[in-house]
Amino acid sequence: MPVFEYAPAPESRAVVDIAPSYGLFIDGEFTEAGDGKVFKTLSPSSEEALSEVAQAGVEDVDRAVKAARKAFETWSALPGAERAKYLFRIARIIQERSRELAVLESLDNGKPIRESRDADLPLVAAHFFYYAGWADKLAYAGYGADPRPLGVAGQIIPWNFPLLMLAWKIAPALATGNTVVLKPAETTPLSALFFADICRQAGLPKGVVNIVTGDGSTGAELVAHPGIDKVAFTGSTEVGKAIARTVAGTKKKVTLELGGKAANIVFDDAPIDQAVEGIIGGIFFNQGHVCCAGSRLLVQESVQDELLDALKRRMSTLRVGDPLDKNTDIGAINSAEQLARIRTLADAGEAEGAERWAPQCELPSSGYWFAPTLFTGVTQAHRIAREEIFGPVLSVLTFRTPEEAVAKANNTPYGLSAGIWTEKGSRILWMANKLRAGVVWSNTFNKFDPASPFGGYKESGYGREGGRHGLEAYLDV
Amino acid sequence: MPTTVPAYGKEAAERLASMADVTAGDGALRRFLHGLPGVDAVGLQARAATLGTRSIKTTAKAYAIDLAISMIDLTTLEGADTPGKVRALCAKGINPDPTDRTAPKVAAICVYGDMVATAKEALTGSGIHVAAVATAFPSGRASLPVKLADTRDAVAAGADEIDMVIDRGAFLSGRYLDVFEEIRQVKEACVREDGSGTAAHLKVIFETGELQTYDNVRRASWLAMLAGADFIKTSTGKVAVNATPPVTLVLLEAVRDFRTAVGVQVGVKPAGGIRTSKDAIKYLVMVNETLGDEWLSPEWFRFGASSLLNDLLMQRQKLSTGRYSGPDYVTVD
Repeated sequence: MPVFEYAPAPESRAVVDIAPSYGLFIDGEFTEAGDGKVFKTLSPSSEEALSEVAQAGVEDVDRAVKAARKAFETWSALPGAERAKYLFRIARIIQERSRELAVLESLDNGKPIRESRDADLPLVAAHFFYYAGWADKLAYAGYGADPRPLGVAGQIIPWNFPLLMLAWKIAPALATGNTVVLKPAETTPLSALFFADICRQAGLPKGVVNIVTGDGSTGAELVAHPGIDKVAFTGSTEVGKAIARTVAGTKKKVTLELGGKAANIVFDDAPIDQAVEGIIGGIFFNQGHVCCAGSRLLVQESVQDELLDALKRRMSTLRVGDPLDKNTDIGAINSAEQLARIRTLADAGEAEGAERWAPQCELPSSGYWFAPTLFTGVTQAHRIAREEIFGPVLSVLTFRTPEEAVAKANNTPYGLSAGIWTEKGSRILWMANKLRAGVVWSNTFNKFDPASPFGGYKESGYGREGGRHGLEAYLDV
Repeated sequence: MPTTVPAYGKEAAERLASMADVTAGDGALRRFLHGLPGVDAVGLQARAATLGTRSIKTTAKAYAIDLAISMIDLTTLEGADTPGKVRALCAKGINPDPTDRTAPKVAAICVYGDMVATAKEALTGSGIHVAAVATAFPSGRASLPVKLADTRDAVAAGADEIDMVIDRGAFLSGRYLDVFEEIRQVKEACVREDGSGTAAHLKVIFETGELQTYDNVRRASWLAMLAGADFIKTSTGKVAVNATPPVTLVLLEAVRDFRTAVGVQVGVKPAGGIRTSKDAIKYLVMVNETLGDEWLSPEWFRFGASSLLNDLLMQRQKLSTGRYSGPDYVTVD
């Protein structure tokens, strides 16, 4: 009897038309960089160059900020209901073009189409719908009778959820009456440039949204530009600290959403099968390129063997490969640089004595790939228990009592998220009060909703995105 | 992990005996069943839904359709059943697609006990099993002696498989040992009285739509397997809610864990409400990714269905001819 082998089920690339080159989106027009510099963006699953995009220099950033400043006058003066119309229109266009955008995102980022189709894109549209709803109700948000926007927001987003992070930044900014200059990550600029086209399609007034592509230097120029009133950054803690230093002493308002090393805590009375799914989703969703990933599994010693057997069995069914195949669970690592970082940390885990395990899986020969990996015998002293790996690597630690679980979970400079798995409701509430993390999930993990605020404690950053709380970051309050 | 033996094999009894301490009394059995890990409903449903997004195309689809046909317990359980109707169903089971003899035959024909002899005769030499529902199907509301007589009667008439229902009333009121004893005695009644020492295979139906919670479904699964079930089955098809992917996933996890713990392999049969090829393929994906190859055969996985077969045949015709088929190109029985 043959085994049930899934035939390739590739999503068609034909739905997306990528131009050979893209300029900067400034004041409603695509323009070349002042000095004509460009860089290539690669598909991480094949290392194929997808397109060439402009590298914005200091003059380009200045032009973009000035365009945003000019647009702010009229945009902020519009009644909220009028701004809402544009946001609703953008949300609907995103839904209409969701297949195209999902394929584009999977090509440029390397994430599986199942996730870009079923997680990223629905959340992107939902975020715009949600903040569209707030635009004419700001007087009731709890920030005063007539809360005012800040002005021009400089926004820098990471490569792990390019379009979703764009939505998290742009939707609340526009709803509250700000205009924006957004810099997408160097390795994933394309969906932001497609979003620029959506802004035009929606008839958004020129200059309200400006997109400047480039590397870290472009981001640094944007943050330092005297013409911006607000900096919103999602990315590494290291860059976040540099941004905080740059804006110190200025009037710029800052929100930072940085790294994490979340504990996913499994008690012996947990619903084991669902806990295993939650652990898998917690660390292998988006190849582990998730700031709130459950990268530290804290398992109660009395259930450790059973849980690890189940986890390994489940990991063996993960399908790693072509991001555009609809049956792929784990796609490509976003860049060679990130792959090198994951390898370094995984090697350090082995060198420091943790036991490494990965299921049998064949990785494609071209592109950047890393098999889903599990480390057991990890202690708080290991680098892989302390440093953010940002890849499909899970470190397993154990605990004996709830107090010990809390102590170990909190014993990190980060504090973005945590997960609790137990059937005992009172313990969930007790734990949630003790855990120093911005989001605490109980009997689930990596669940997102535009109505729910998201953000960190400690070195995971400050400020909240999403929900009513997310408005505050863009209001002069 | 002990080596695996099939639930219907002789060695299974010894394996079950190793669990005798948990079935020794009402208290022990209750503590054991309530000590099983809980099921988080939201997480379970999410997992079933995600598996439902698998895209099964071309060669994989062809394989899945033929596998699904070969796993069908083609069923007629109506008050209006007649020998003629049963014979027509048997003919269909043997040759599902009269225009394409390469279509596989179904696994079994499932009928009420009084139709067993008719079905048995119509299926002679085909290799297709006759399954009989028994134990006061579908409600199970009769005394134990009546249920046992119902079972023996079907076995004596030649049934290869018995689909029994559990006493949901006893289960819901916490009388687990009563349910256990009943299954055990029905299993004994499945032994053929022809001196061959063989027995009809026992499928135990939970009527999951009446048990309501996934925790109950997991407990019922373990209870039935400890009592000697060869197959565990979701539903009768006679109530509002029958087989669903999440409920079936609980059963699949239970047989997987039972084999790990006890070394006995038990089959799974979702029944009722599975009408389209797309649905059937989703179930096969669930089996594949929860249990793997070892359960992907009619010996270990069945569909209790009637209208499903025609949809599978139409999809099969579409794959082989490239053109969409229609209901006039498959047989109505």
